[in-house]
Amino acid sequence: MRFRRPGAAPAADDVADPARGIELRGVGHRYGERVVLDGVDLTFREARVGVIGANGSGKSTLARLLNGLVVPSEGRVLVDGLDTRTQVRAVRRRVGFVFQDPDAQIVHPTVAEDVAYGLENQGVPPDERAARVAEVLARYGLAGHADHPAHLLSGGQKQLLAIAGVLVMRPARIVFDEPTTLLDLVNARRVAELIAGLDQQVVVVTHQLDLLDGFDRVLVVDGGRVVEDAAPGPAVAAYRALMAVR
Amino acid sequence: MTLALYVPRASVVHRVPAGAKLLALATLAIALFWLPTLAGAAAALLGTVAVGLLVARLPVAVLARQARAVGWWLVALLAVHALTTDLRTGAQVALRLLTLVLAAAVVTATTRVSEMVRVVERLCAPLRLVGVRPARVGLVVALALRFIPVLVERADRIRAAQAARGGSGRGVRALRTTVAPLLVQVLQMAHDVSEALDARGADDVPSRPRRRRTQEAPR
Ligand SMILES: Nc1ncnc2c1ncn2[C@@H]1O[C@H](COP(=O)(O)OP(=O)(O)OP(=O)(O)O)[C@@H](O)[C@H]1O
Ligand SMILES: [Mg+2]
Repeated sequence: MRFRRPGAAPAADDVADPARGIELRGVGHRYGERVVLDGVDLTFREARVGVIGANGSGKSTLARLLNGLVVPSEGRVLVDGLDTRTQVRAVRRRVGFVFQDPDAQIVHPTVAEDVAYGLENQGVPPDERAARVAEVLARYGLAGHADHPAHLLSGGQKQLLAIAGVLVMRPARIVFDEPTTLLDLVNARRVAELIAGLDQQVVVVTHQLDLLDGFDRVLVVDGGRVVEDAAPGPAVAAYRALMAVR
Repeated sequence: MTLALYVPRASVVHRVPAGAKLLALATLAIALFWLPTLAGAAAALLGTVAVGLLVARLPVAVLARQARAVGWWLVALLAVHALTTDLRTGAQVALRLLTLVLAAAVVTATTRVSEMVRVVERLCAPLRLVGVRPARVGLVVALALRFIPVLVERADRIRAAQAARGGSGRGVRALRTTVAPLLVQVLQMAHDVSEALDARGADDVPSRPRRRRTQEAPR
């Protein structure tokens, strides 16, 4: 065994335990005075988790907690046992995030360069980077667009590009926040199929309920609390009942 | 949007390192100003077009678009010189401008933005001494190139939405009524983009020196 200096933090991977999944313990969050999440205790170990709820109910805030984009005002969020408050870099390597608006998450002018961005951040050597970028572009039908300006892609292609930019980093878990909201039916279906085929653990926030077919577990969020936690069928029914009385 | 961007081809010009191309461009500019002759400018123009079309095999449209963009400037230069000095000087000045614009177009069309960004990063390397992170400067350049077309499109969308409700698309008032909502969108987008950068590990740069910390703290 290697001797560790007293006081030095252990390397993140020494303590990470993938079997633990994502844990929220007594999580609350407020923006200023406004309480957006309250008393959330959850553990995600399922491969497919959906989150639904009214506008402003706190879904995106919940999603952002899972990879440390938002740090909880109360309680702790742990990914594989790593605290998002203290080990945010290690957490973000494990949890990818896809946003609603592809335009805001494509950060380089051309397609291949954008996909390479996350790998550069991870210090992946150029040869391996090029190979992985090419592989991902081919898998998602963007191979012919490698050197095209990103702004000339269609909305659906842009979202595929945004997803490719996350997948190329090979995170073990991916959070999607309304990935199909801006897409037409055909592209929404493509993205839904893509998500269904992923090996990763997936958490999806969505208003498009058919996206949740075949999911293991669906949460209904209302007023900052998880009010239902069940299989897609019962959860969607509870959500409809909740909306019917508004 | 007339941002000349990379046109993929397997040519020698494409393979020349970005730094060398930028150096050549700078040399050409200095030469054109130091040796102001009509024949020299004409030769430089011919050379530039030949390199662009024959060696780099760029589509004529790429160069034509850039030439059109400065077309009125060329005419104005000619006219002003015809009135104040003479037509010959006017022609030489106009040719010089056209040559530089086309040469710049050839460089941008044959160089990936990422390579260009790397040159910028290398040029900024000395700034490390005063605490600037060159990678960040490079990212800023890439982001600017990426988001100029996005912003133009958003501005168009705002103008269209206003026109659809009877607003006039022209004049100072229209400019003012476009700028305010655009600014709101830009700020929102800046926030979204910074989140996206974070999510993809913008702060996770292991190959570069990092401040020593026992624990990572969220920003
Ligand atoms: N950065 C912020 N600053 C202040 N308030 C915020 C911020 N982000 C969200 N909120 C507020 O927190 C509440 C929950 O927002 P959140 O984005 O989590 O909701 P949501 O369920 O994702 O809604 P939607 O379905 O519209 O996307 C909303 O009332 C929102 O206005
Ligand atoms: Mg949301």
